[in-house]
Amino acid sequence: MNWRRIMAIARKEFIQIRRDPHSFLIAVLLPLFQILLLGYGARLDADHIPVYVYDQEGSQDSQALLKHFQASRYFDVIKAVDNYPELVRAIDADRCKLGLVIPWDFSRRLADAHHSEVQALLDGTDDNSAQLALGYAQAVIGAYSNEVQLKWFAARGLSQQTVAPLSVDYRTWFNEELESKNFIIPGTVALVMALMGALLSSLTIAREWERGTMEQLIATPATAMEIMVGKLFPYLVIGLSDAALCTAFAVGWFNVPFRGNAGMLMFTTTLFLVVILGIGYMISVATKSQIGASQYALLVTLLPTSMLSGFAFPIDQMPAPIRAVTYLVYSRYYVSALKGIFLAGSGLEDLAPQIGAMIVYAVVIAVFATRAFRKSLQ
Amino acid sequence: MPKGTSIVAQELVKRFGGFTAVNRVSFRISTGEIFGLLGPNGSGKSTIIRMLCGLLTPTSGRASVAGFNVAEQPEQVRQHIGYMSQKFSLYNDLRVIENLKFYAGLYGVKGKLLTERIAWALQMAGLTGSETLLTGELAGGWKQRLALGCAVLHRPQVLFLDEPTAGVDPLSRRRFWELIHQMAAEDVTILVTTHYMDEAEYCNRLALIDAGRIVATGSPSEIKCTSIKGDLLLVECAPLGRGLELLKSRPGVLDVAVFGAALHVVVSAAQQARVELPAALASAGVIVTAVEPIAPSLEDAFVAMTGRRPDTSEAAQ
Repeated sequence: MNWRRIMAIARKEFIQIRRDPHSFLIAVLLPLFQILLLGYGARLDADHIPVYVYDQEGSQDSQALLKHFQASRYFDVIKAVDNYPELVRAIDADRCKLGLVIPWDFSRRLADAHHSEVQALLDGTDDNSAQLALGYAQAVIGAYSNEVQLKWFAARGLSQQTVAPLSVDYRTWFNEELESKNFIIPGTVALVMALMGALLSSLTIAREWERGTMEQLIATPATAMEIMVGKLFPYLVIGLSDAALCTAFAVGWFNVPFRGNAGMLMFTTTLFLVVILGIGYMISVATKSQIGASQYALLVTLLPTSMLSGFAFPIDQMPAPIRAVTYLVYSRYYVSALKGIFLAGSGLEDLAPQIGAMIVYAVVIAVFATRAFRKSLQ
Repeated sequence: MPKGTSIVAQELVKRFGGFTAVNRVSFRISTGEIFGLLGPNGSGKSTIIRMLCGLLTPTSGRASVAGFNVAEQPEQVRQHIGYMSQKFSLYNDLRVIENLKFYAGLYGVKGKLLTERIAWALQMAGLTGSETLLTGELAGGWKQRLALGCAVLHRPQVLFLDEPTAGVDPLSRRRFWELIHQMAAEDVTILVTTHYMDEAEYCNRLALIDAGRIVATGSPSEIKCTSIKGDLLLVECAPLGRGLELLKSRPGVLDVAVFGAALHVVVSAAQQARVELPAALASAGVIVTAVEPIAPSLEDAFVAMTGRRPDTSEAAQ
């Protein structure tokens, strides 16, 4: 390994990236675009869910319940209707996601039987949102029901302590606000790395073949290893800068917590980039065409990273066979490390399994990549 | 002291599938010699050069360059050679100076030598003061000389030039050959391929290549003398085609070929033929305007050796 030759190649590559509008777009604008898009677009939370209400009773109690809905940031009670068909039509026409029906005997049953029912109509076309809305609605009703209970006990002179010996108070760690953006945005860094790294590195060797400069390069004393390292080094630097940029955006713009340390982020990102760049490079060597190479590269990097890494779709909710497959997806370890570093402040010990897996991948890919390219024209 | 040998090719063979691109090619090139491989496109010239540079592995045979075995010590070979591939493959999106610095870095040219060699290359290419131009914006002749500059920044002992003057204007080509002769005078061994007959005359020695085989080797004048077994006559007549047909079947005529608007006729005895041929043609109704003995050109030699002519359509005569 001759560092002078590696640096000559790396410097040349940097200049070419800077002058090539496409590479520049991919390296700088694409990551920004992606994080903004996913930060704003890919929210899985439901807040301000539109609600229509059919309050058959119109009592003080029913209004009190509706006030709870109104006060919740998850719901917007946008209209009260006075018949059932109108409620159904509103759901069908997607004017609301939740239809709430309070029965005519709501307060009477509450008073007599201490038990009353409320009907919730949900738009199930978007299963995920419906589940969330139902969950939030139960929480709101639960809170109201507690209040009613407490009042009832208080009216009879019983203290809260004696009546409610056990109350479940749960807290979600690391993402207290239960905001999906906190889960999704750290994983976006992996997506950006996969997209940017694979696209750029897949072009690097193919471009030399297509432009006819490869023959000249092979005729120089630079070894295959030096060519690989020199060519990929700039993309590692760009990748790490993009990771820093995305993190800055995640924290500064989207208010995602960053509880870990930057060193761990850079370390795991470097490992991930070695894998991604190595794959892109091998594809570039194999296909010798820029178009073909970039398509294959996206297929083997972006696709598993977006679908099977746990970036947006939780792995433990996948069917068992697919869950088994995710263990083979290198990005799953990086996504999991990213979430740990961002949200839980995980360090080296916490992330040992993920880092171990990534080191294995990086070494294997590096070994294959160094053997992929032969300095020969056939 | 006799000069050493810089390039040896021994029985080089290259097959691509069932196609034999290079068929048992052998030659030795002395240090400081300009050796040309002359042949039509597709005759295997580039394949020979690529095998000597270690870019292609020969199917069989051996090669050594600058004292190193190409198969066993490819990196030493590459350190000691300069190679200019067919399309002067410089990076068009790099500036002139960036291309030079890139190759200097790859060949380990550094320090004072770097400044010196880059200044030399710029001056040689006529690009002093144009260092910051993008290479893609240069005209053919400048690009070609810049590519040469990049290939010899590290003062290689052996220089391989694959069709170095293709697509370059005649003036630039002449200037280029002057540079090649200067380098040869400094004991650089040069192997150059061309399909331009006129350029082949600039070489010290030539190998005529046809369909992957060497059909003749020697200095341009040797090749011209030995390849033609007889005397050469130029015959101007009309109609040309009829003349060609008649002469082909004449006893004493060894070969006839069309060269431009005239015929080149190889005969066993020039004196006799100069009398007989015009008479024979005239009696068959062909008008003869000139019959004179001429010195054979490389093209005559090539036609004589292979039975066909190299594609010289774009060659400046």
